[in-house]
Amino acid sequence: MATTSMQPDTIRTSTEELDRIRGTYRKKSKFTVGMVVQKVLFWLLIVFILLYTLFPFYWAVVSSITPTNDLYIYPVHYFPTTVTWDHYQAVFENGGFMKALLNSTIVSFGTVILALLFGTLGAYAMGRLKFRGRTPILYLILSMTMFPAIAIVGSLFQFMQRWDLFNTLQGLIIVYLTFSLPFTVWVLTNFFRAMPPELEQAALVDGASPMRALWDVLLPMAIPGLVTTGLLAFIGAWSEFLFALTFTLNDDAQTVQVAIANFTGNTAFELPFAKKMAAAVVVTMPLLVGVLIVQRRIISGLTAGAVKG
Amino acid sequence: MEIEETSGEASAYTSVAGKPYRDRGTLARQQERLGWILVIPSLIVVGVVALYPLFETFRLSFTNTRLASAREPRYVGFENYRDTFADDLFWSSMKNTVIFTVSTVALETLLGIIIALVIHSNFRGRGIVRTSMLVPWAIPTVVSAVLWQWMYHDRYGVINSVLKQLNLMDEGTFFSWSTDPGTALGAVIAVDVWKTTPFMALLLLAGLQVIPTDVYEAAYVDGANKVQQFFNMTLPLLKPALLVALIFRTLDAFRVFDMIYVLNGYRPETMSIAIYTQQLLIGSQRIGEGSAPAVIIFICVGILAVTYTRLIRVEET
Repeated sequence: MATTSMQPDTIRTSTEELDRIRGTYRKKSKFTVGMVVQKVLFWLLIVFILLYTLFPFYWAVVSSITPTNDLYIYPVHYFPTTVTWDHYQAVFENGGFMKALLNSTIVSFGTVILALLFGTLGAYAMGRLKFRGRTPILYLILSMTMFPAIAIVGSLFQFMQRWDLFNTLQGLIIVYLTFSLPFTVWVLTNFFRAMPPELEQAALVDGASPMRALWDVLLPMAIPGLVTTGLLAFIGAWSEFLFALTFTLNDDAQTVQVAIANFTGNTAFELPFAKKMAAAVVVTMPLLVGVLIVQRRIISGLTAGAVKG
Repeated sequence: MEIEETSGEASAYTSVAGKPYRDRGTLARQQERLGWILVIPSLIVVGVVALYPLFETFRLSFTNTRLASAREPRYVGFENYRDTFADDLFWSSMKNTVIFTVSTVALETLLGIIIALVIHSNFRGRGIVRTSMLVPWAIPTVVSAVLWQWMYHDRYGVINSVLKQLNLMDEGTFFSWSTDPGTALGAVIAVDVWKTTPFMALLLLAGLQVIPTDVYEAAYVDGANKVQQFFNMTLPLLKPALLVALIFRTLDAFRVFDMIYVLNGYRPETMSIAIYTQQLLIGSQRIGEGSAPAVIIFICVGILAVTYTRLIRVEET
């Protein structure tokens, strides 16, 4: 990696130099107009960042609780004046949407459970065991995480029709493994590798089998990692759209993402946005709650996984 | 990005102290077998739902297969590729995709660096700002598109309302940002920038946090100003994190589907190469013809991935 020219050994410590440094420090501790301006600009920037990241979702929430009469007007009300739950009621009474919610729940949990099951076994092998072919397999898995799903949509369509998986929940779970399994294996392999090797050595010396060592020693310690990885895989499955759109036909297997994209008013003349926003909030809430609960781990986990590669 | 062949750290089983040699050999063999047994389920899944379909896509791209057709498919050589390259819609989709990819990645990187630098400084409420950055990232892409579709609405959208109140737009006029041919692609780019910039910022923030502070102290003592510090130190030291973030973003942006589809469907002004392919494959049920652009996307993504990985490798050595 390119290194900088700024090496500590280039520090010159002549008396003038030291005076200059002291002078700068003294100046810094004083309260100047420039500093006030800088502070104000800094906080304006923070407010702007917060507004930028949070406003669209705030607006969805506000729109979802605003009565229809107050919603389709100009100028808009930036803050809710009267609150109504009608739109949420309409969403929860919408049989198609509720079925889609159930479908998404089943598909996402099914995907996560299978990905974690296969992924833990594979990651344990690749993170803690030595066997020939390990490196090529790891490269294969890594390349799968960058794989463009559109490249296999056509052949998967034929595959699903041939095996009667088209428009079924189990079909979606199977194809969702194309992206969630490589992701899980990759993240968990890095996770297992980072654990000190002494962990299961003790168990092995005592005569436990490698599988016992995994089950009794490593897994209990890996639970935080498994939870975070599982949540990320869940977000991936819950938010997936291309496969859900292509491989489903109706309520039998349609997921919430497809339902929201197709959300319309009861009549052709009714603007659907209030209900659409209510549905959007309903669909997003579980993810937000999960992310906020384990946010620290997500930031460190994502960055560790991504920065390491 | 480096997968190093680990000899020491992962070999708890070969280095178990006090075991006689014969036993060590057995353990190694046991590991060899167990390793394979454990990866086989994953390999089968990847083989069945990724590698085999990929192989099939290659094969189908040389046939005239159609969905739900009684006609027996036959091999047509490179005809599908010739047709694809002769199709204006293919090239306009490619152009849209390249514009989308370059602008989103450039804007997200630039804004990401700025936001990361701001959050990197110490201030009260830093945790809240960092948490708020997770919100756009956690919102599903389809939902993001729907939220912005509502904000872009020509009559009742909040964006037009703000513009009118600021007198930047005539009252009584309506403008649909997401469907007007002049602004449609820009509108889509704006949604992606909103959704992904915070994530980019968090990745870069993690990169900033591993830069040791004494480097800055040294620069400060040497009299380097903030701008010099940024270009001579922060940026070079941030490079590894930046490159990894760039790879993932570029690959992601290049295969964009959801956001554009939800905002604008199959409209040609914003059609991406993935939408073009999906329409041909499923919409027109021409599996054979649609497999040609599918293969082209795969090759493009592959070239991008390999180029970037090479870059990183070079940087690291």
